Amino acid sequence: MLGKKKLMVGGLSALVVGALLTGCPPKKEAVKTSAVGVDAASKVYVPPGKQDEFYVFFSGGFNGQVTVYGAPSGRILKVIKVFSVDPETGYGFTPETRPMLMTSHGFLPWDDTHHPWLSQTNGEHDGRWLFINANNTPRIARIDLTTFETTEIIEIPNVAGNHPSPYGTENTEYVVSGSRFSVPVPQRDVPIESYKENFKGVISFIKANEPGKMDVAFQILMPGFNYDLARCGRGPSHGWCFFTSYNTEQAHTLLEVNASKNDKDFIAAVNWKRAEECVAQGKAKEMPATYYHNYYDEKKHMAVSEVKKSVKVLDPKECPGVAYFLPTPKSPHGVDVSDDGEYIVGGGKLATVIPIHSFSKMLKAIEQKAFEKEIDGIPVLKYDAVLHCELEKPCLGPLHTEFDGKGFGYTSCFVSSEVVKFDYKGCKVVDRVPTYYSVGHLLIPGGDTKKPYGKYLIAMNKITKDRQLPVGPELLQSAQLYDISGEKMQLIHEFFTIGEPHYAQAIPADKIKDKVKKIYPLAENEHPYAVKAEKDARVERKGNEVHVYMTMIRSHFVPDNIEGVRVGDTVYFHLTNLEQDWDIPHGFAVKGSEDAEILVMPGQTKTLVWKPKAPGVYPFYCTDFCSALHQEMQGYIRVSPAGSNVPLKYYTGTPPTAQK
Amino acid sequence: MNILSRGLLALASLLLILTYFFPLWKIELIAPQYPEGLRMFIWVNKITGGTEFDLYNINLLNHYIGMKPIEPEAIPELKIMPFIVGFLIAFGLLSSLLGKRVLLYAWVITFTLLGIAGLADFYRWGYEYGHNLDPNAPIKIPGLAYQPPLIGTKQLLNMLASSYPDMGGYIMGLSLALGFVAIILDIRLSGGLRMEVKPA
Repeated sequence: MLGKKKLMVGGLSALVVGALLTGCPPKKEAVKTSAVGVDAASKVYVPPGKQDEFYVFFSGGFNGQVTVYGAPSGRILKVIKVFSVDPETGYGFTPETRPMLMTSHGFLPWDDTHHPWLSQTNGEHDGRWLFINANNTPRIARIDLTTFETTEIIEIPNVAGNHPSPYGTENTEYVVSGSRFSVPVPQRDVPIESYKENFKGVISFIKANEPGKMDVAFQILMPGFNYDLARCGRGPSHGWCFFTSYNTEQAHTLLEVNASKNDKDFIAAVNWKRAEECVAQGKAKEMPATYYHNYYDEKKHMAVSEVKKSVKVLDPKECPGVAYFLPTPKSPHGVDVSDDGEYIVGGGKLATVIPIHSFSKMLKAIEQKAFEKEIDGIPVLKYDAVLHCELEKPCLGPLHTEFDGKGFGYTSCFVSSEVVKFDYKGCKVVDRVPTYYSVGHLLIPGGDTKKPYGKYLIAMNKITKDRQLPVGPELLQSAQLYDISGEKMQLIHEFFTIGEPHYAQAIPADKIKDKVKKIYPLAENEHPYAVKAEKDARVERKGNEVHVYMTMIRSHFVPDNIEGVRVGDTVYFHLTNLEQDWDIPHGFAVKGSEDAEILVMPGQTKTLVWKPKAPGVYPFYCTDFCSALHQEMQGYIRVSPAGSNVPLKYYTGTPPTAQK
Repeated sequence: MNILSRGLLALASLLLILTYFFPLWKIELIAPQYPEGLRMFIWVNKITGGTEFDLYNINLLNHYIGMKPIEPEAIPELKIMPFIVGFLIAFGLLSSLLGKRVLLYAWVITFTLLGIAGLADFYRWGYEYGHNLDPNAPIKIPGLAYQPPLIGTKQLLNMLASSYPDMGGYIMGLSLALGFVAIILDIRLSGGLRMEVKPA
């Protein structure tokens, strides 16, 4: 995505060039206010007690999260922590969840999430999982849509800036990853100036269709360009994935200028079925690489990390037919495949046209060897041989396209702050509508599937000046909802988002809501420190470790009085929530804790680690308002000086039992 | 007993077999916090919840008012009732087979008395649970008992408690009603007690 600084320059030129393109200069009023009809409110109003029609999953950008909204109301439903720690639930703090954030670089509690992708079956959303990339330290996470929790994270080796990710294939066979920043592969100490000889791009296919079994199936060694976005084919183009690239100039400094020189960059078309064949024939090399695979077991309520030591890497020179380049004008960002699987729309950030490639023409060109040249074993197809058409003068800064299932594409235009609707077969613009301001990605529910729900379009805007009450130098980003059911797009709603959402995916609520878990069955809890009945609650000392096996239920802890802990001990509060009722989590916090509090869901076990530093009696309490007697849900833990011989004892409401 | 009454009695007895497969009674609690309701079903031999966890949750809520936990395995009636129903089935079928009028009367009277005894017992349990509260309960409202209605709906604090027969109960009622119909038919058709009805 373009930076904000760059945009300010772009914004100026937009006024000038935009006027040239559209014929008349935009009126100040038209820019400042939105043309929302009086009936707009009724179209997005979801009365109290009624539920939204769609779930929308926004990436959280630099906050490493995913935010879930309802549409059309624009109401926030949940913030899912993925690559960030959460002081509310203890995600990333508890021993059960810390392994989720382990990488070959150590424990990383932050990342940059860009592109959520909903799992598909037969090219349609199936409502099982949401995948999301970590851009900075390349990872891909799986979010389980029965719990709306992160359950799996895999690190991607040999890649830097995991930007074209995690777009997937039509049966979720794979989700993909690519290098935004080409780097030496394998990593080594070389002069940056040796970019052209030493730096490589890598495209990865990650096996995704089985929970807990994500794996880097194979990687393809690509020329050292910047790979930007991706989209996998469907229907006729199933078996292929497409990746945009820029910096085909292979610049390594001042890319703003040096990577904007070529008239055409490339869309890489990767035939993953061909890659599978080559891998099966043993043409991929095992390359040493260290990377983590982390998986949260919902029955053990515990994450585990496994360290992987090698990865299969395929060189296109040894696997002819695995990849081709489609020349595409000026630094393309989006590469989007129409719902019928035939048209591939590129979004050249600096281009004055939107190029639309034809998949069938591409196959024909490959058959006829209509090649311009070859780069590192990858044939470059002739532009004219693969092009369906160029959409003339669409807008400035076309970025990303979604489809409505009725023969129209919708492209976001960053520089001119608008969305254009076009007939992609007939190659003509049919409607345009302003956004406020500087739209990045846009979304149509199911707009990347075989069957889009062409009812709404949501534009994700980078700039919200004058759109809301100011809250200091940093403003939120906005989401604008358009009704696209008619011939003309109509702005009907605007709401504000957390982080900087880069992309979002939406799915009809019916495909998820009835599958959502209400509780974790206590009988299935296999956490090694779980206690499933109050009579089993206890405290055990193991050297300097004190393990408290504690239960929580409305409205008490067992035990709620603990003595015999000493300064220098590490206290593990293993808490099991005995509730089996929806929406009765209990929280736990103890004074002076350096870790977060924890929020334990019904039937779940979580651990809070506490290292008391001074003698005294410390209260602990339930942090989540659980019942009428929530304020009474509390207890004390007594800490004695190091070396003292206060006996270990614990109780709740009954006379104390002395322990050895 | 005429053939019709014998048939009806046999049908009434056989219908009772169904009561092993359907709950007799349903108690439902609805509150602002439980819009979906908590349900308890009483069968001839067990008590179940509307969901796997409803009984657990009802007991969890009851602890606030000091009500004893509902433990189906501690209720002796649930062990006896299957035999009582079994006895009624066997008794009815046998009576139908033998065709003696007195047996039909005996069956209906026994059934009626057992039904009344059952309801009385059910009332007694409700009374026990509702009145015999733990004096240390966190929530104590002077003068308030938590006895659910025998049949009907009643507001108990935040809970709207309703108690009605369920499928098995209606089947039982139908079975007894068939018994009465068998008696009426028997009276009518035998002519023994026929009354002349003159037009006014």
